[in-house]
Amino acid sequence: MSLLALLSDYTLQNVAIGAALLGLVSGVLGSFAVLRKQSLLGDTLSHAALPGVCLGFIVGGGRHMGSILAGALITGALAALVMLLLTRMSRLKTDAALGISLSVFFAVGVVLLTYLQGGNNASQGGLDAFLFGQAAATLRSDLWIMGGISVFALALVAALWKEFKLVSFDTQFAATLGLPVAWLEALMTVMIALAVVVGLQMVGVVLMAAMIIAPAVAARQWAHRLESMVLLAAVFGIIGGVSGAMISALARGLATGPLIILSLSSVVIVSLMFAPGRGFVWEILKLKRDRRQLRYQQVLTTLYRLASHHSDPGYRLDQGMVDAYHRTNTKRALDRLMRRGLVTLTTPPSHEPGQRKQWVLTAEGYREAERILDSLGQEASA
Amino acid sequence: MITALFNDIELMIMLVGALVGIASSLVGTFLVLRGTSMLSDAIGHSIVFGIVVVWLLTHQASGPLQIIGAALTGILTVFLTELLVSTQKVKKDAAIGLVFPVLFSLGVLLINLYASDVHIDAHTVLLGEIGFVWLDTLPLGGVEVPRSLLSMGAMTLLNGTFIALFYKELKLATFDEALAKALGFAPGVLFYGLLLLTSGTAVAAFDAVGAVLFVAFVIVPPSAAYLLTDSLGRMFLYGALISIASSVSGYHLAVLWDVSIGGMMAVMTGVFLALAFLAGPRYGIAAQWLQRRRQRQLNESRTLMVHLYNHEDGPEKAVENVTQALREHLRWAPARAKDVVERSRQRQLITQHGERLQLTQAGRRLAQEILEPGVSH
Repeated sequence: MSLLALLSDYTLQNVAIGAALLGLVSGVLGSFAVLRKQSLLGDTLSHAALPGVCLGFIVGGGRHMGSILAGALITGALAALVMLLLTRMSRLKTDAALGISLSVFFAVGVVLLTYLQGGNNASQGGLDAFLFGQAAATLRSDLWIMGGISVFALALVAALWKEFKLVSFDTQFAATLGLPVAWLEALMTVMIALAVVVGLQMVGVVLMAAMIIAPAVAARQWAHRLESMVLLAAVFGIIGGVSGAMISALARGLATGPLIILSLSSVVIVSLMFAPGRGFVWEILKLKRDRRQLRYQQVLTTLYRLASHHSDPGYRLDQGMVDAYHRTNTKRALDRLMRRGLVTLTTPPSHEPGQRKQWVLTAEGYREAERILDSLGQEASA
Repeated sequence: MITALFNDIELMIMLVGALVGIASSLVGTFLVLRGTSMLSDAIGHSIVFGIVVVWLLTHQASGPLQIIGAALTGILTVFLTELLVSTQKVKKDAAIGLVFPVLFSLGVLLINLYASDVHIDAHTVLLGEIGFVWLDTLPLGGVEVPRSLLSMGAMTLLNGTFIALFYKELKLATFDEALAKALGFAPGVLFYGLLLLTSGTAVAAFDAVGAVLFVAFVIVPPSAAYLLTDSLGRMFLYGALISIASSVSGYHLAVLWDVSIGGMMAVMTGVFLALAFLAGPRYGIAAQWLQRRRQRQLNESRTLMVHLYNHEDGPEKAVENVTQALREHLRWAPARAKDVVERSRQRQLITQHGERLQLTQAGRRLAQEILEPGVSH
């Protein structure tokens, strides 16, 4: 299939647009969830969407996206409420409350799902898609609904940007400013449920949690401001979503959800590795640089100590002696110091026995060594 | 007779369900108490990867080796999560939510690619097939015993033995990790042992209830038990009882409504949790409401005693020690004032003459006790 044919394929267009919407919304809304350490709430809300999907199916009398998504939103919010009740009004901790909400709501969903299947409902086949996601089943009419929800959610974020930001980073300060923190937190929870709802068709209830977490975590590695983090998360979400969905639509028989999650996870891994200033590779390079730096400084101060010990700023040393002091080869460190003009190689005067060139501190090197030792808080002349 | 027992399909299904619940809640008790319940969610999902890989390698879906092999994926999940957390680039909750979806996704895709037409399909992964456990049997001493019953029985025994052997250590590591560490009990190693057993249980329970419903059996019965008792020993007992009750009631309801048996069993654990939450003896909502009401009534009658005592011998007695004053000076609503007077009269703390209220000897002693505690009158 040529690229042009691919772009004009109706199903693929739907898939691409849907995946892009999904990536955009989950990236933006997920950023707040991750920053508020509520990633697992996304997991609970997405599993809890299953009974809502089934109820929407029953009430709507078939696969009507509107009623299915409304159902998912309602049971998701209900699960969040149950979780809140359990943590506030009993001695159970958050993790147990999350797990209880997740598993019991999902179980109710399973029961409803089998109830629908037992009822020999001809069109119930579409429901399985909501477990793992099935991009190819996306209809144009679904896109309008997904788009509507996305626009609403993004508009809400834009309108309450300052408030959300404050509550995410400093809840107590937000409360002292008189912001309705409880309402804002509830609203942010509903937003996670909205993101879940948008992703139901593409990713499915089981993997939606990762869809919310992954773009935000990847973006967090590169960005240091909320604005750039949210923007990047949206971009990552779109990239991961579209690439995963396209692979799934082209290679028949592969579930969409897992593919989207795997492509997003690769983005996370790359970010963890290479993000400037934060990535592993960056850290390893910095460690190496620091080690090298330390070596130069050690060699320089050794020369300095020996010079002051002999009360001779022009004290000369053989390469071998410096090596012996450090019990390792210091040639590279000394060469580097020479390039920076801190030491020089001099030929010893002719009356001395050895005639190999020897290392000696320059005036600048002498000052630099003093500066290093001073900054270490040590006596300049040991 | 034993053969007849193992041929009883209903009994087999309920027994497997109960064993799934008991084995899971044994390990789940510690997960709930330690505040790491969501690890069971992660483990439940990621063993799918292990099960598929083991199946692809050995072409056998069950047996001790398969359980151990797949269970290692559960440990891998926990290990990777902790590794990710230790880099300090990702918070713990996000790390859990990143690692298991990757393994789960890989598992599902491998099923899509290589195993779409065999015993494990993507649907079973999530839901389990407890209704068909009796189809897959193994001969044991001349009797055909369902394979799931054997594996779940073995896991229950294993979990029980582990907990019995390390009861003291596990208890200490759960409630005071720092002390356990200081005493050299290696709580980290113990915890990994516990998670290995959790993974093993997840794999064994996988055929019956699938990856997600397993989470309900791990977390919900111990949580319900935690709402009922303060004793660790009793938590195990209540967890087991709730599991059995959920299995039996869940099975019958599922048959009645023709729905998923495993799903209904998991729903029932939730129903029992709701019962414990509402009607538990000490921590239940109803018990706490009653406790608060009792306390409020006690406070009200104590307030009344002190009020009457303070004005008992003063000139203002005619104004203060009447029912009218309770409404105007204590700001009690008429109904409330009437209730308090009525209750105090029944407890013979006061007597009422028309509008006038008079302390009895017992009421006076109570007021004195409140105002001058410790002084004998």
